[in-house]
Amino acid sequence: MTAPATDTAWVEGTEAVAAGIRRRVLKHVLDKGEGYMSQACSSAEWLAMLYTRVLRLAPVEAPLVAGEFPGVPGRDNPEYHTGAAVHGSPGPDYDRLIFSPAHYALSLYSVLIEVGRLDPAALDDYNRDGSTVEMIGAEHSPGFEVTSGSLAQALSQAAGIALGRKLKGERGKVWVVLSDGELEEGQTWEAVATASFLGLDNLRVVVDANGQQCDGLIDSVSSLEPMRERFISFGASCDEVDGHDLLALDEAMQRPSDRPHVVIARTDPVRGVPLLAERAPKIHTLRLGSDETERARYQAAYEAMLP
Amino acid sequence: MTTETVVRPHVQNFIDWAADKPEVVVLSADLTNSAEVGNWRDTYPDRFFSAGMAEQNMLSFAGGLAREGYQPWVHTFAVFIYRRPYDQLAMSIAYPNLPVRLIGFLPGITTPGGVTHQAIEDVAILRATPNMTVLETADATEVESVLDVAHGVDGPVYVRMLRGVMPRLFPREEPMRLDRVRVLSEGGDVTLFSAGILTEDAMRAVAALRAHDIHIRHVHVSTHKPFEDPEIVRSMGSATAGVVSAENHVITGGLGSALAEKIADHGLGQRLIRIGLRDTYVHGASRAYLARKYELDAAAIVRAVEELTGTRTGIDTEELEHVPLQAQGEVERADSL
Repeated sequence: MTAPATDTAWVEGTEAVAAGIRRRVLKHVLDKGEGYMSQACSSAEWLAMLYTRVLRLAPVEAPLVAGEFPGVPGRDNPEYHTGAAVHGSPGPDYDRLIFSPAHYALSLYSVLIEVGRLDPAALDDYNRDGSTVEMIGAEHSPGFEVTSGSLAQALSQAAGIALGRKLKGERGKVWVVLSDGELEEGQTWEAVATASFLGLDNLRVVVDANGQQCDGLIDSVSSLEPMRERFISFGASCDEVDGHDLLALDEAMQRPSDRPHVVIARTDPVRGVPLLAERAPKIHTLRLGSDETERARYQAAYEAMLP
Repeated sequence: MTTETVVRPHVQNFIDWAADKPEVVVLSADLTNSAEVGNWRDTYPDRFFSAGMAEQNMLSFAGGLAREGYQPWVHTFAVFIYRRPYDQLAMSIAYPNLPVRLIGFLPGITTPGGVTHQAIEDVAILRATPNMTVLETADATEVESVLDVAHGVDGPVYVRMLRGVMPRLFPREEPMRLDRVRVLSEGGDVTLFSAGILTEDAMRAVAALRAHDIHIRHVHVSTHKPFEDPEIVRSMGSATAGVVSAENHVITGGLGSALAEKIADHGLGQRLIRIGLRDTYVHGASRAYLARKYELDAAAIVRAVEELTGTRTGIDTEELEHVPLQAQGEVERADSL
């Protein structure tokens, strides 16, 4: 269901959510001294698109207050629940979001706060012992419903969920967020091939192609190109767009497909916080040390973001 | 009367069993007939999914299906379930405690496929995996009844499964039960624990030793985890000369180790001789050859009992091969009196 081209009234609201993601994450880095900043820079627009425009989710009565860690799942822990509660009650027509790059958790928590699904106090609990708001989110963390920190497992799990939903005749889609670095894992390609073989047209993927991984630039670590052709040759349909262009994202994310559909969002890991470029290529995390001059510059950047 | 020989009991039994269980689906990684589910696929084509030769994806995928209320029964060789895709097994299935049934064929030396195909440390690894239930089949009765046992577990289950031609060692009316050992014979000299294919060897050894006035309490184990049946500790406590374990597995981390843990936990102070692979890989050859070469057979059990009791029986391989085997019902347990 592509919206009429003239209907762009939504853009302003989505832009505001994207700006809010960057602002919250930078504020967090300033308060705590470190955090996953570049991931917020690259993901803000497509995350905002998912939560304001693309995902069909049940409403929530009130923003979820992040709870204490409920213990690990097991036969002796019937109280265990996943972090999917922020997505509202599941239903056959509602979409699901399976979030793979768990180190983007800070950005995910931030967008959930921006759209009123998570209580803002959650970020006070980020990386606090005993909290569900973990630094590398797991399935009890807000916005997560599978444990994906060992990268490339989420797409396979999502494909299993997508098959299960098809077998039950459910119409909701299963959206998956991947990072580009995890395309180096062979399991990713096993999953794409299997999803294609099984005709899982309810599976839709966003890849945050920010060109970064832990060791630095992806091009210095491994080889992932041509990324779009790889997905297509494994049986998916694939769009490749500027991941900060809301209209281009909208068209690509809403495009109908008779097979698993992948949107490669080519993104800039310093978008909105150009100061970060000075640390390139080591920008996987931003740690503000004792350099007061640098801290002051990031503080100024934050103040410039305030509405 | 010797034991009945049964040919491929899983094939039709699994089809019949699954008829009224629409939530049961099967995943296969290019070993469909090798894992005895070819007919199952043809009977229930809408519930069978070929995952391709891609076990990492298959295990995570199974976790996803289980989250949607399905009960995936993964059928492949035991070795390909836990060795290549262990991270997927742990994080996509075991951690979330999902009801995925991992049916592993050709455990240990039962495969002629050589070192790449021999699951020799699977029990150790999966026993150490939280939330996992670990079962092992020894005969046709257990191959048939393990389905209900696995089905009843709220969480993931790994099964060491037999295929092809196998004996029926236990009466049909005595199905496998979760975390319950079978006491197959009584005797106060030595307590012998066996699992899987070693139980048939153990039955031969016990019968031969009885003829030489050495009396063995023989306990068959089909649940490696949980391992809490009080009969385990009780059976070890009563032996005057010690305990022997026999497993188709390395002696590190499997049945023998589990018994050593019980002996220490309960201060039983028993000697324990563990029969199994002694910190070695194996190679491709027949089961009979490997059993003899690596001392996973009735003769090895007799030698262990001789060592504990300080006797020399003179029982040889030929004598053991000619011991008549009978289907063995349970003797009365202390807690069933």
